[in-house]
Amino acid sequence: MSTPDTTTPDKPATTTPEIVPTGLDYVASIESTDPVNIDPSYDLWIDGAPTEPATNRYFPTINPATEEPLSRVAEAGPKDVDRAVAAARKAYEGAWGRMPANERAKYLYRIARMLQERSREFAVLETLDGGKPIRESRDIDLPLAAAHFFYCAGWADKLDFAFPGLDTSPVGVVGQVIPWNFPMLMIAWKVAPALATGNTVVLKPAETTPLSALAFARLTAEAGLPPGTLNIVTGDGTTGAEVVDHPGVDKVAFTGSTAVGKQIQRNLAGTGKRLTLELGGKAPHIIFDDAPLDQAIEGIINGIFFNQGHVCCAGSRLLVQESVFDNLMDRLRLRLTHLRVGDPLDKNTDVGAINSRAQLDRITDLVDIGVAEGADMYQPPCALPERGFWFAPTLFTGVSQSHRIAQEEIFGPVLSIMTFRTPAEAVEKANNTPYGLSAGVWTSKGSRILWMADRLAAGVVWANTYNKFDPASPFGGFQESGFGREGGRHGLLPYLGGH
Amino acid sequence: MSSPATTTPASPILGPSVTPRTIDSFLRAVPSVDEVGVAERAGALATRSVKRESKLAALHLAIRMCDLTTLEGRDTPGKVIQLASKAIRPDPTDPDIPSVAALCVYPNMVPYAVEALAGAGAGTANGTATGSGVAVASVATYFPSGQAPLDIKTGEVAWAVAAGATEIDMVINRGAFLSGDHLRVHDEIVAVKEACGPAHLKVILETGELSTFDNVRRASMLAMAAGADFIKTSTGKVKPAATLPVTLVMLEAIRDFHAASGTAVGMKPAGGISTAKVAIRYLVLLAETLGSDWLTPDRFRFGASSLLNDLLMQIRWLRENRYQSPDYFTRD
Repeated sequence: MSTPDTTTPDKPATTTPEIVPTGLDYVASIESTDPVNIDPSYDLWIDGAPTEPATNRYFPTINPATEEPLSRVAEAGPKDVDRAVAAARKAYEGAWGRMPANERAKYLYRIARMLQERSREFAVLETLDGGKPIRESRDIDLPLAAAHFFYCAGWADKLDFAFPGLDTSPVGVVGQVIPWNFPMLMIAWKVAPALATGNTVVLKPAETTPLSALAFARLTAEAGLPPGTLNIVTGDGTTGAEVVDHPGVDKVAFTGSTAVGKQIQRNLAGTGKRLTLELGGKAPHIIFDDAPLDQAIEGIINGIFFNQGHVCCAGSRLLVQESVFDNLMDRLRLRLTHLRVGDPLDKNTDVGAINSRAQLDRITDLVDIGVAEGADMYQPPCALPERGFWFAPTLFTGVSQSHRIAQEEIFGPVLSIMTFRTPAEAVEKANNTPYGLSAGVWTSKGSRILWMADRLAAGVVWANTYNKFDPASPFGGFQESGFGREGGRHGLLPYLGGH
Repeated sequence: MSSPATTTPASPILGPSVTPRTIDSFLRAVPSVDEVGVAERAGALATRSVKRESKLAALHLAIRMCDLTTLEGRDTPGKVIQLASKAIRPDPTDPDIPSVAALCVYPNMVPYAVEALAGAGAGTANGTATGSGVAVASVATYFPSGQAPLDIKTGEVAWAVAAGATEIDMVINRGAFLSGDHLRVHDEIVAVKEACGPAHLKVILETGELSTFDNVRRASMLAMAAGADFIKTSTGKVKPAATLPVTLVMLEAIRDFHAASGTAVGMKPAGGISTAKVAIRYLVLLAETLGSDWLTPDRFRFGASSLLNDLLMQIRWLRENRYQSPDYFTRD
């Protein structure tokens, strides 16, 4: 595992470089930050313009890979949320609400194209503010975000065909609160269906990753989106609660932790507000002995180390058929030695920085608990940078169902590995969780895939792959992983039927 | 008409008694391959960014791994002699550029290649018989189809080795493999290996004809169990030839075989690799699957004819920060 040297720029050398005789130790290949202009300070985005917060308070946002401050961002208080909701209401009753659906679609198509054109800028911004590897923000987050806008744009004027016989009018003003793991992609998941169906939005991005939302707000202004259609209020959980609880909001969409989701549901009980929740998970990733093992290894790696494991559908509980356990573990440990942890801006980095100090502390605590509970920990030899928030890829074997690392969502690069003997036992263990967001099954038997998918209590079941997303495919959970779907036609439904 | 050997000698991998049954159970233990997953992994590794010093090192290594190849009906001694000169000194203007690993020709051309590569030195670097350090490789076993009786195939191999070839590239019996006669495929490789004597044996699977990755992985294991020193994707005469995904499948088989037997087998993708950019992707695949122990011409070769000039051109670009006209590189 390498720690890239970050001092050399990514340009061909003008003098003869010294020949490195051994190996293929990639020299640092750092993505340029030139396309990104970060302002020293950001106001709220209300009614189509930057708006100073009534609180007059700003909080810093940092690069988690270096702990260096990137900018200061306004903290919205109750008055600011009031103004944002009022602006959204005005737009809903005005320009956006009255606009014919095919006209709405044009704005969404335009936003999608602009996101594609500026995808490098947004990808770098995501990586700077959130710590995720540029390879992922470049190849996954941004292309998918644009794809969601394209997909929803296509439905905007076809809602009566998508849902024959249903009331396809919008709900009104939508309050949306999104997490820090996929800031730009979560904006797309939330904003694209809301706007396509004719609603207006007040969005609260995560405290640690507000920059892409603020850059996106400026992009929508360039796209000519009528003022007030999309409003961004930045802040911490308090601001989020103010958005959710605001009486002017007709529908709430929240993605985040199960604890906060439960609180929101309690608060909204009896208010008549619509609610969709996309919460945590502790996804079972099930490997049968007839699985294509080397591809299953890639699936396991992708399942738990994608985005440092900061993924609600991360395959964090590996269930391996006993007969193939040793064979699989040999392959997995070897594969871990090829993972490249380090500078998120290096194009060859596989695992980047942990998003925040708070998250690093939580991961560290749970891993310590895992060790104390008696599970066997494995981490590959791995030099982590001195500054910033880092956690080495971690495997736990000898894990029991009763261990906390088998029950609780760690939301980090930590995999808990257990074994099973029969398909029925696999299902029983897989479903033995309060969550139910996703699951993975690896086997060469098509019939077993269908048998398992029928029995797994999970919103998404991936077969012989993992972490595959597409705007046309609905995503969402069972049980404490939430309700409502995002993506597909299903993802439009929560934003329809207001009158 | 000859038939395969009626009794198969004991195998260090398959045991004292090699029967259709032992081979069958050996191949059943080979993990299946998911095509989508292989393509995805190969595609992800193809996005690795290899720059500056790393790129230069990779380009030099790729030259040292080249089996410079000419396999045409119209090959003449003159053409082979010219290529031999290129193989020894790929870029006459730059003494830092290393020689390629081997010159790969048809058996008829072996004597001319041996003479041209004899060079002035008396050393036998890389275990080659030539003074220049560039080995002579010969395709044999009725390349590319392999559709000939076994004794004629082994006769061709023995002839090429006697003429001075130190590396033999054989083709497997794809018809036998696809019909399920794995024992016959195995026994033919064993027989050819014996005919090779001291020469290194590269076994061509012709993956374009095997069609599925499951077949490729099993054929790889079979060839290694039968004694292959290298496994090789293609003859270059069938499309598709070498691809990144098929090479990944074979590298994973090599890794498994090494873990099981302790024997390190080499890999040679061949056919269709014509640019430095693609060659570097193969090296990335190699490094991240088998590790740096395999980053040597003893364990990895490129079978290519036009790749060499692009490698030279890219080295010149790295050194001088501008592209040279293709006319500055010899076409042989």
